[in-house]
Amino acid sequence: MLSLIVFLPIIAGLVILAVPSSQKQIIRIVSLLAALAQGVLAVLIWRGYDPALPGITAGPGGSPLGSFQFVEKIPWISLHLGGFGSLNIEYFLGVDGISITMVILTALISAIGVLSSWTIQKQVKGYFILYNLLASAMMGCFVALDFFLFYVFWEVMLLPMYFLIGIWGGPNREYAAIKFFLYTLFGSVFMLLVMIGLYFSVLDPVTGNHTFSLVAMATQSNYIKDAILGPDNVFWRYVAFIVLFIGFAIKVPMFPFHTWLPDAHVEAPTPISVILAGVLLKLGTYGMIRINFPLFPEVFHAGMYVIGIFGAINIIYGAFCALAQKDLKKMVAYSSISHMGYVLLGLSAGNSEGMVGALYQMFNHGTITAMLFLLVGVIYDRAHTRQIEKFGGLASYMPVYAAVVTVAWFASLGLPGLSGFISEAFVFVGAFSSVTTRPIAMVSVLGIVFGAAYLLWSLQRMFLGQRKQDAAYDLVVGEDGHEHIHFHDWHGKLDLDGRELAMLVPLVVITIFLGIYPMPVLGMITTSINKLVQVLSPVVLSQM
Amino acid sequence: MFELPSGAEIQGIIATLKASVGFFIPEIYLSLLFMLLIVIDLVAKGRKNNLLSLTTLVGLAGSLFFIFQQHSLPAGEFFFGMYVLDEFALFFKYFFVLSGMLAVVVTMSDEQFDREVKSMGEYYALIVSMVIGMIMMASSADLLMIFLSMELVSFTAYILTGYFKRNARSSEAALKYLVYGAVSSGLMVYGFSLIYGLTAQTNLIKISAELAAHGYDPLVMIFSTLLVLAGFGYKIGAVPFHFWSPDVYEGAPTPITAYLSVASKAAGIALLMRFFYIAVPHGGHPYEDILGIDWLSLLILLSISSMIYGNVVALWQKNVKRLLAYSSIAHAGYLLLGIIVMDKLGTQATLFYLLSYFLMNFGAFYVVILIANKTGSENLDDYRGLGKKMPLAGAALTVFLISLVGLPPTFGFIGKLMIFSALLAKGSLYIWLALIGIMTSVISLYYYMLIPLNMYLRESTQHDEKEMSAGMPAQILMAVLMILTIYFGLFFAPLSDFAQYSSAMFGITLH
Repeated sequence: MLSLIVFLPIIAGLVILAVPSSQKQIIRIVSLLAALAQGVLAVLIWRGYDPALPGITAGPGGSPLGSFQFVEKIPWISLHLGGFGSLNIEYFLGVDGISITMVILTALISAIGVLSSWTIQKQVKGYFILYNLLASAMMGCFVALDFFLFYVFWEVMLLPMYFLIGIWGGPNREYAAIKFFLYTLFGSVFMLLVMIGLYFSVLDPVTGNHTFSLVAMATQSNYIKDAILGPDNVFWRYVAFIVLFIGFAIKVPMFPFHTWLPDAHVEAPTPISVILAGVLLKLGTYGMIRINFPLFPEVFHAGMYVIGIFGAINIIYGAFCALAQKDLKKMVAYSSISHMGYVLLGLSAGNSEGMVGALYQMFNHGTITAMLFLLVGVIYDRAHTRQIEKFGGLASYMPVYAAVVTVAWFASLGLPGLSGFISEAFVFVGAFSSVTTRPIAMVSVLGIVFGAAYLLWSLQRMFLGQRKQDAAYDLVVGEDGHEHIHFHDWHGKLDLDGRELAMLVPLVVITIFLGIYPMPVLGMITTSINKLVQVLSPVVLSQM
Repeated sequence: MFELPSGAEIQGIIATLKASVGFFIPEIYLSLLFMLLIVIDLVAKGRKNNLLSLTTLVGLAGSLFFIFQQHSLPAGEFFFGMYVLDEFALFFKYFFVLSGMLAVVVTMSDEQFDREVKSMGEYYALIVSMVIGMIMMASSADLLMIFLSMELVSFTAYILTGYFKRNARSSEAALKYLVYGAVSSGLMVYGFSLIYGLTAQTNLIKISAELAAHGYDPLVMIFSTLLVLAGFGYKIGAVPFHFWSPDVYEGAPTPITAYLSVASKAAGIALLMRFFYIAVPHGGHPYEDILGIDWLSLLILLSISSMIYGNVVALWQKNVKRLLAYSSIAHAGYLLLGIIVMDKLGTQATLFYLLSYFLMNFGAFYVVILIANKTGSENLDDYRGLGKKMPLAGAALTVFLISLVGLPPTFGFIGKLMIFSALLAKGSLYIWLALIGIMTSVISLYYYMLIPLNMYLRESTQHDEKEMSAGMPAQILMAVLMILTIYFGLFFAPLSDFAQYSSAMFGITLH
C-alpha cells in the first residue's frame, strides 16, 4: 500500500517517458490520474488507520508492528563490512499519527499541483517527469522509517526541484535554483555524517546488528554506551543534534537560514511554489519530529528555549518582512516563514498541546499557503505582474476571486472559525503552559498582530477602493453598459475558471471544515504526540 | 666484487623462474596480444577499418579469463619476491583490463581521431602495454619492480597523450607530462635509494621487517617517504603533485584523458596502498611518530589539500575537460581518505570508491566526447541548449555528474558513504576529515551543476532546434553506463562484497 502510494508518480513518470512529447494533453492526464490514484490511496490509508496505536518508537518486543501501521519491511541491502559485521539497510515503510497527516497533505497538494501545472506550455514532457519524481520523493520521505531510505528520498527531491525552478522559473531562475540546491545540500550532507555516526552507535534489539532503523534509534536503550553518538559521548551528541537541526532548519526555513526561500518562491512557477510551501517546508519540521527530537531527547530538552526563540524570531521577523514587500508573492513567501515559526514555537513547548498545535499547524499551513500561492498565480496569469500597487478595486470586478482570497487571507491570519486559528491557539496554549517558553510566547503574540496587518493591508490595497492610475488593467464599458476590467494578453475568463475552482474549492472547504470541526486530524495525531512527549519527557530520560 | 653463481645456483634460479611463470599467465598473454597488434598493423597497414580496435577489445576480454583462473592460485610472492599475487592485485587486474576495454570502445566513438591522425597502428598496442604496466604496478612487491612498472606506464602515457602529433595542445600536454613525470620519478628513485640505504633490502616485506628489527633514523625515513610520495602522488594527481594534470587532461585525446584519470590514478592508489601498508612503519595513530609527522600525517595533508584545491579551483573552469581534471584532483583526495584509516573497512571503501569513480568518470568523459563529436567544442558555453538537442546525452551526463557530487541514488553516493563510514568507524578521531570531505563535496555541486545549467537552463545561441543523435551503438552504451550508475547506487551489495574480498593484501593482515 505505502509502496504503491510512493512509487505511483514514478510509474507515471516512466509512462510519460514513453509518450511522444507532442502529446501534451496525454502527459497531463497521465500525471493527473496518478495524482488522483495517490489521493484515493491516501483516503484508503486514512480510513484504515487505527488512531489508537502510537508509533514513534517500537511496539512490544522491539518490533515496529503494533506501533506503526501499514508497515513494509524488507531487507534491501545486506553487505559485509570489514570488522563491522554486516551493514543492513532495510526498505522499511510505515505510518504513525505524525506521518499520516503529512501523507494526506502530500497527496492533496500533489494533485492540486498537477492541476495547477496545466498552464505550463514549455517542455511539458520534461516538466511532468520531474514533477512526478519530486512527488514520489516527497511521499517517500514521509513514510520512510529507515534513515538511509529517508536520506535517499530526501536527496532525490533536490535535483527535480532544481530543474523545476531553473527551467520553468522566472527571469532570475538560475540564481534561485542553485541557491536552493546549495543551501539544502549544505544542510543535508551533515545529516549524512550524523546518519553514519548513528549507525555505528545503535544496535537493533531484535537482531543485534547495527541498524539504520529510525524506530530502533528512537529508543535510547538501543544505543551502545561508548559509541560515537552513544549516551556517554555527550559532546558529539550535542554536535550531532545541532547539525541535524540546522539541516532541517534550512528546509523549514528557520531564521537565519531562510534567505533561499523568497528567491525560490519568486522565481518558481506557481505549481512549484505550491509544492514548495505546501509540502517541502513541512519536511523540515517533520524531520525534527521524526528524527532530531526523539533520537536526542536530552539535547532537545536542553535546547528547547533556543528553538523557541528562533521560532519567535521567525514569527516576528517573517511578519515584518512580509509587511515591507511590494511583490505579492514575496509577501506570501515571508508569511510562510512567519507561519512556520509557529510550528517551531509549538515544538519548543515540548508538551502535548504545543506539539499537537505544531503538527496541526503544519497541515493547515500546507493547505492555506497552497491556496495563497494559487491565488497569487491566478492574478499573475492575468496581469503578468504581482506588484500590489498595480491593483485596486478588484473585488467589484472579480467577486468570486475576491471571496476566495478573503477566506484564504483570513485563514492565514488565524480568524476563529477557520483552521489556522485552532492550530495557532494550540501552539500558544502549549507555549504558555510551559515555563521555559512562556516569555517567548508572550513576545510571539505580537506576530499575530503584524500578521493581521500585512494581510489586511494587502487585501485593502488590492481589492477595495478604486482602480489606480497605473493599474495593470484597463476599465472598459461592456455591451451591457456596466464597467468591466480588461487584462492585456489575457483571453480566458476574467474571474476564476473551472480548473482554478477545482483547485481552490477543496482547499477552501477543508479550511472551513477543519476550522469548525478539527477532530478528524486531531484524533489521528493525539496518540502519537502523547507518545512523543512521553519519549521526550525528562522523567523518562532520567530513568535511563 | 661479484662472484659468478655456481651451477647449482643457476639451476635454482631457473627452477624458481619456471615455478613463477605459472603465476604470470595474464601478463604473458597480454604481452603476446601487444605483439600481435603490432603485427596486424604491419600487415594491414593503411586500411581504415575496425580490425585493430576489435582485436584489442576481444583480446583484452580474453585476458579476463586468465585473470579469473588466478583466483584458484594461492596468494604469495614469486620471481624472487619481485612480484606478488593476491586478491588485492586481482581486483586491479580486472579493473585495468576493463578500463582498457572501455578506453578502446570510447576511442572508437571519438571522431577527433579521424580528423587528427592517419593511422591508429600503435595506439591500441600502446593501450595494451599500458594495461600490462598498470597490472604490474598493482602486483609489484619490490622497489625495482615498482620503478620499472611505473616507468612502463608513464612512457606509454606520454606517447598516448601526444598522439595528435599535429595538434599543438596535445604535444604541449605530452611534453609537460614528460617533464613533470621525469622529475617526480627522479625524486621517487632517490627516496628508494635512501630506503635501500637504511635497510639493504628492496623487497617490501623485508624492508618492513628490517626497519622493525633494527630501527631507523626518523628524519631520513620521513624524508625518503616524502620523496616516494612525490612519485605516487604524481600518478594519482594529488596536490601538490598535480600540476601536470589540468593541461594533460585538456590536451590529450579525450579517451586517453578518461583512461588516465581512472586507470592511472587507480594504479597509483594500488601502489601507494601496498607500499605504505606493507613497507613503511607507522604508529597506527597519526601524530605518534617521533617527529610528530609520519606518512599518515603526510597523506592527511595531501588529501585535505587535494579536496580543497581541486574543488575550489574547478569553480572557475570554462572548459569541461579541464573542469573534470580539477574534479579528478579532488577525487584523489577522497580516495586518500579511505587509505588514511588503514584498516579493512577503509581499504574496502577505497576499492569500492574506485569502482564507482571508474563508472561515473568514464561515463562523463564519454558523453563529453559524443558532444564534442557533434559540436566540435568542449567549452562550457557551447553546452547551451544541448539538453534539448541531445536529450539522452544530457540526461546521462547529468546522472554522471550527480554521481560525482555524491548524491543518492547513484553509485558515487555509496562510494562516499563507504569512505565516510570508514572514517567514522574510527570514532571521533577522523570526524574533522569527514567534515572537510563533506563540505568540499557541497562546493563541488556548484561546478558540476554548471554543466546541466548550461545544457538545460540556458538557450542555445544558434536557433537550430533539431535533435542531434550520437548514433545507435553510442546511445546504447551511454544508456547502459547511466543505468548502471543508478543501479549500483541502489543495489551495491555484490560490488561491495567483492571490494571486501579484494582488500586482502599479501604480507599484512588488516583489521
